[in-house]
Amino acid sequence: MAVLRDELIGLRSMDDIIKARQLVRDFAIFQGLSLVDQTKIVTAASELARNTLIHGGGGEMRLQALSEGARRSVKVVFVDSGPGIPDIELAMKDGYTTRGGLGLGLSGSKRLVNEFAIDSEPAKGTTVSIVRWK
Amino acid sequence: MERIPILKMGPYLLVTIQVDMHDRVAMTLQDELTERIVSERAQGVLLDISSVDVVDSFIGRMIGNIASMSRVLDAETVVVGMRPAVAITLVELGLALPSIRTALNVDAGMTLLKSSRKTSHNGRSPR
Repeated sequence: MAVLRDELIGLRSMDDIIKARQLVRDFAIFQGLSLVDQTKIVTAASELARNTLIHGGGGEMRLQALSEGARRSVKVVFVDSGPGIPDIELAMKDGYTTRGGLGLGLSGSKRLVNEFAIDSEPAKGTTVSIVRWK
Repeated sequence: MERIPILKMGPYLLVTIQVDMHDRVAMTLQDELTERIVSERAQGVLLDISSVDVVDSFIGRMIGNIASMSRVLDAETVVVGMRPAVAITLVELGLALPSIRTALNVDAGMTLLKSSRKTSHNGRSPR
């Protein structure tokens, strides 16, 4: 697997989330994703970046443009060192929320991408990784 | 901080969202719009999102809130100009916004507002 582009940005404020959305869009266009697929990964990234900021107390987003043979993809990884998620299965349920939101952030973004991985440890933090192929 | 302008068009208010929306800008819009509905005695709100390329659950919730708040203030909201890619993404995200009225463009939205006002009094059309 070749890494065509690689970028790391901090997620510490609302402005960073807007920056993150624009950067993910830029990578999706670079990889030739269709308009619908661009919109899906940007929307998923926006949900997850907001989680990193609000629940994780800030963190960072790593963005990669990957190619494997003829297959191209965009991978986005969100890392925070916040309180972690005690029950991932519960947190992944549609409508489950701890902050009065709609509870669609994790479950909804999973539906918008091809690959979704989440790893969380109480008091250590949370890492969420998503991939959308072309 | 950027603000979203609210324009008066006859008995209606037109809100055109053209910025990549900051959460705080969205909250300010809710506050200002409800104030304006009351002060202008507006009968309807046209929320034009044709320039918006991402609607995540936060912005989606804000759109739903605006519709509910304006309904409570006796004004109907019509969301106009949603892009097809945004519509597909919203539904897959799980946010189908079932209680929101939509139209393809501002003209169609205006027609919808006019016709809904006529039939809404006592549930029948005026003669």
